[in-house]
Amino acid sequence: MGAADTKGFDCSSLPDGLVAVVKRDCPTCVLIAPVLEQLVGSGLHTVISQDDPKFPEALAVIDDRDLEISFALEIDTVPTLLKVAGGRVVDSTVGWSRELWESLTEATSLGTGLPDFRPGCASLTNDPRIAEARAVAKRIPLLRSRPFEIGSDEDEMEALFDRGYTDGLPVVPPTPERVARMLGGTTRAPDAIVAIVPPDLIECTVEKIAVNAVMAGCKPEYLPVVLAAVEAACTDEFNAHGLLCTTWFSGPMVIVNGPIARAIGMNSGVNALGQGNRANATIGRALQLVIRNVGGGRPGEIDRAALGNPGKYTFCFAEREHDSPWEPLHVSRAAMRETQSAVTLFAAGGLHPIVDQLSREPESLARSFAAALRAIGHPKNVMVWDTVVIVTPEHARVFREAGWSKQRFHEELMSLLQIPGSELIRGAGGIAEGLPENFASATLPKFRDGGLLIVHAGGEAGMFSALIPGWASGAVGSEIVTHEVRL
Amino acid sequence: MSTRILLDPTGERAATTRARAARPDSLTGKRVGLLDITKPRGNVFLDRIEALLTEHGCTVERFRKPTFTKPAPVDLRHEIATKCDVVIEALAD
Repeated sequence: MGAADTKGFDCSSLPDGLVAVVKRDCPTCVLIAPVLEQLVGSGLHTVISQDDPKFPEALAVIDDRDLEISFALEIDTVPTLLKVAGGRVVDSTVGWSRELWESLTEATSLGTGLPDFRPGCASLTNDPRIAEARAVAKRIPLLRSRPFEIGSDEDEMEALFDRGYTDGLPVVPPTPERVARMLGGTTRAPDAIVAIVPPDLIECTVEKIAVNAVMAGCKPEYLPVVLAAVEAACTDEFNAHGLLCTTWFSGPMVIVNGPIARAIGMNSGVNALGQGNRANATIGRALQLVIRNVGGGRPGEIDRAALGNPGKYTFCFAEREHDSPWEPLHVSRAAMRETQSAVTLFAAGGLHPIVDQLSREPESLARSFAAALRAIGHPKNVMVWDTVVIVTPEHARVFREAGWSKQRFHEELMSLLQIPGSELIRGAGGIAEGLPENFASATLPKFRDGGLLIVHAGGEAGMFSALIPGWASGAVGSEIVTHEVRL
Repeated sequence: MSTRILLDPTGERAATTRARAARPDSLTGKRVGLLDITKPRGNVFLDRIEALLTEHGCTVERFRKPTFTKPAPVDLRHEIATKCDVVIEALAD
């Protein structure tokens, strides 16, 4: 029993007698309205109406349209009849049963002419929309972000551009209501610190991430993925600071694995890397807005990219797990279970397409992939760039039908990408770029161990796959980081 | 005029203003740190600077960051601040 004193109605100190809670929308409540009139002379001192302060018409009613009293009294069903003695509820009944009502009230001949029994209806406190609205209203006073006012003559979108809070596209205005609703997407406390966000090394709370997730256009159920992405991006290993500062093209790419990707409707199929899916589009954007707004990383300031790439607005997709020939990325890379959800952060520098419409043997197709991979960064670069290989279903079919595991495919690529130093040194091929002369007799791998990730995604049709080149790999630049998504 | 309330999406950092260290009138006799951020050919530039500074009567200390992609570690920054009067950082490629 709550102790709230609401509208002068003190739930912690009820007068002895009877209290009824009703709503007009409940047929049983309408049916028993005459019974309540009968009980006025027999101890009924309070009638509380959840939806209409004029119901029942013949009685003085306490208006509980904000449901404060109903929540305080923990009402589950209407009508509810409470018996109070010594200031506390000693007996109660719900719905209509002449026998139980007469027993509780010690009255006789209640509701003559009515049926003996009718079940009640759900209390409005059980309406999920109302429960959510109430949870939102309760969270608003707890928000700690600085509120600022937008004048009635000011356009909200323009005001947010003017303050430098956007990535160049309009953002959803972060009202306290929207932020409070967003926070319903996680069980984590709004004031919990999620990460120290570079470049300004700001302690970033769940609430600050929620503000930026609202602006990015996220739904509350995406928030756990955004939180995991921010957490993973702000590790020393991933090095979001360096990634932001570099003159190279890269920005953070988020690959989502596990049940949450399906639960929130992410796209892993047709146009998985393209436009049109809200979760894909807004999760990647939210991460970049956090780095911009919380971390203070802005293009032209500390972000010194020579060109950048369109993925710096947002770059997020899910792996196509349901018909993949291989185990998902978070299982192969981080030894997680398929039932866990995870984000993998990669310092992505755009997209490099591969076409091969003729290979039906895995050896041939692997050679096509290797030839394209050789060119990443520069055909004479080795062990500089990590790369994500996104294999689409029509290409994956070739490997599946041949029984190639992910590991077999990976080994084949690594073996095909052992490059003679004579092709890599400065001047080779008439190109000044290259390694020093003393590497001429060496054989060097194009990719470091762990620098080549294989992921399954894309639509059913099209014998095209994609390479996502990274940035300075490993300890010198960015490590690939996989983090579990926690609700 | 009615207003609408929005929430600040930034880190709400209050910038700390600190006075710059006093500039020396001359480098003569000073201990100068040269920080190589490990970009290719940064050492070529710093070798030349070291030669010129030595000619001017400076004592030169050389330092290197572990990687150009990350801020210098705090211990390295402290070491430079302790040992040197001024520091020159080379960004090269």
